[in-house]
Amino acid sequence: MSKNSSTATGTSVSSRILLDAVTKHYPGQSKPAVDGITLEIPAGKIVMLVGPSGCGKTTTLKMINRLIEPTEGRITLGDEDVTNIDGDQLRRRMGYVIQAGGLFPHMTVAANIAIVPKMLGWSKEKIKNRVDELLELVSLEPAMYRDRYPRELSGGQQQRVGVARALAADPPVLLMDEPFGAVDPITRQRLQDELLRIQEEVQKTIVFVTHDFDEAVKLGDWIVVFSEGAHIVQYDTPERILNEPASSFVEDFIGAGAGLKQLTLNRVRDVELAEAVTGSPGEMAQDVLARVKEAGDGHAVILDENRRPLSWPSRRQLSRLETIPATPDAAIPLVTQGSTLSDALDTMLVSSAGAALVTDRRRSFVGVITVEVVMEAITRSRKASAMANDNDSPVGTNTGTIEVQGGTT
Amino acid sequence: MSDVLRPQAAVGTAAWKGLVIQPAVIVLILAAFVIWLKLGNLSATERATLNPGDLLAYTGQHLALTFVSSAIVLAGAIPLGVLLTRRPFVKVSGVILALANFGQAAPAIGLVVLLAFWLGFSFWSAVVALVVYAALPVLRNTMVGIQGVDERLVESARGMGMSSFSVLMRVELPLAVPVMLSGIRTALVLIVGSATLATFIGAGGLGLLITTGVNLFLPRVLVSGALLVALLALLIDWLGRVVEHYARPKGLR
Ligand SMILES: Nc1ncnc2c1ncn2[C@@H]1O[C@H](COP(=O)(O)OP(=O)(O)OP(=O)(O)O)[C@@H](O)[C@H]1O
Ligand SMILES: [Mg+2]
Repeated sequence: MSKNSSTATGTSVSSRILLDAVTKHYPGQSKPAVDGITLEIPAGKIVMLVGPSGCGKTTTLKMINRLIEPTEGRITLGDEDVTNIDGDQLRRRMGYVIQAGGLFPHMTVAANIAIVPKMLGWSKEKIKNRVDELLELVSLEPAMYRDRYPRELSGGQQQRVGVARALAADPPVLLMDEPFGAVDPITRQRLQDELLRIQEEVQKTIVFVTHDFDEAVKLGDWIVVFSEGAHIVQYDTPERILNEPASSFVEDFIGAGAGLKQLTLNRVRDVELAEAVTGSPGEMAQDVLARVKEAGDGHAVILDENRRPLSWPSRRQLSRLETIPATPDAAIPLVTQGSTLSDALDTMLVSSAGAALVTDRRRSFVGVITVEVVMEAITRSRKASAMANDNDSPVGTNTGTIEVQGGTT
Repeated sequence: MSDVLRPQAAVGTAAWKGLVIQPAVIVLILAAFVIWLKLGNLSATERATLNPGDLLAYTGQHLALTFVSSAIVLAGAIPLGVLLTRRPFVKVSGVILALANFGQAAPAIGLVVLLAFWLGFSFWSAVVALVVYAALPVLRNTMVGIQGVDERLVESARGMGMSSFSVLMRVELPLAVPVMLSGIRTALVLIVGSATLATFIGAGGLGLLITTGVNLFLPRVLVSGALLVALLALLIDWLGRVVEHYARPKGLR
């Protein structure tokens, strides 16, 4: 991926989105579904829209790419007023991901991803390269997946292709409507980690609708909490929403265990990892065991030639071995540096190991995270109160126009 | 709309066997019929009526009726069905479907004769009757096929910036193809069968053998006519299945 990551990172700059006093009134309904919302989505950030069912999240999102035409108000993308430009043209500049990916079942993975580039008239060669590059970006081996049909993919894989497809023409904006709503919790956690990793690379302006407050805390740079009619109850960083909920409505929405939810804010890379004795396949088990004993550890981490973890045998398992085998153990608890502490804790609990192996982006081993470290982090973050400064907070209100520095309103 | 014709899942070897067996049976029966014509114990009148030249001519007329009517049905009912699923027309689609239902519910023979009094006793009256009679399955399956396409796929296509026309051409129609084709096959078989009635208004076809058989009390002629119509219907049905098998988009099951 690194060889052509310059294109993956994108040539187009991400753009700020501004909804200015936007209202949607569906015909035949007494109250507007979205009531005069003014909302600024900062460039290159992930903004999460959360709120109870029917509060207008989807309507707000779809007005950004004008799948739903606003009844009133203006929408600005970067410095351009897009309220009245051609909707189809606008949508080609915005990635759109929905639940289960919305992949076309009669087209291969490659054809699905190629749709927007084709509409934009890219050359065959360029499209082909782009497809492979994107498949790699979402961790799907191009040679293996490019010619498959969607029904030959798991739900999580379909979702990845959905994300790849949305990124195909390198749009500055990505709109996602509960994209991970239909996958199981473990796959969802993985897809979330993946999205964060991709975002590090591509730096898009992402608007993300979710029901799941934990997801909002985990992914969001900013969270908008809506009540009915898309009224903004609070627009703040995850930290501040957890620590200083603006009203009882937000408190209820956060639900129980706000303290534990703090774990979602801290990442594995933020805590100190323990070192571990390592070995490689083919070594004499005895030698490895000796090193483990010397270090006073309980386990040794067996790594392949790329330093990717293969297995994690205990002293007892080592003593029964002759040489170290090269067989990978699928059951070892693995987390990445980008995983949240909450996910790390889950992984440990599932594998009942009391610790987990940590890998970096290239899946090479970097250290071991233990339950004790996680517990310490809980205590610390309980004490620490959020210190986010208000200066760079994006604007978010309802009804009435706002003044933005250098804005076009 | 529970009686929509769903495409049979054409899967695996079972489907293949079906596709091979059907034409084999048709050819066998046809061969047996030809041998019987040559060697069978037929009366002079029967032999005269069933002479190869006439049989070919009747079959030709029958096929002409079938093809012309089918072409008109396809050219009319498919675009109409597509149009009726477009937003501005959704409201009137119920009315049109009811009309089409009415057309099919009317007894074919009544329709043929009525139209003949109106349009004259001719080939074209027969064609009009067949078209009215067979339009429904095509119309209905086109509409149902398109309406059956997952709403979210259409939305995600629009969300990518496809125009509504290209959503129709690249997403809705390809995904509706299996349902549409099965409606088309049904219509064709209906037309082949009903074209038999064209004889009552002097439009010829294999129905002539049947009426002759009845009028002159020649049961063998009657049965020959019925057999040939049945074979034609089976043949058309088989062609339809082959097309369905190959036109079904890959990636759909
Ligand atoms: N096409 C439509 N026509 C009429 N009313 C609609 C339409 N779409 C949505 N609504 C109404 O607008 C309101 C907001 O709907 P919206 O889909 O934006 O909610 P949401 O926040 O996305 O909900 P959910 O979390 O359930 O997806 C709801 O009351 C809904 O009934
Ligand atoms: Mg919604």
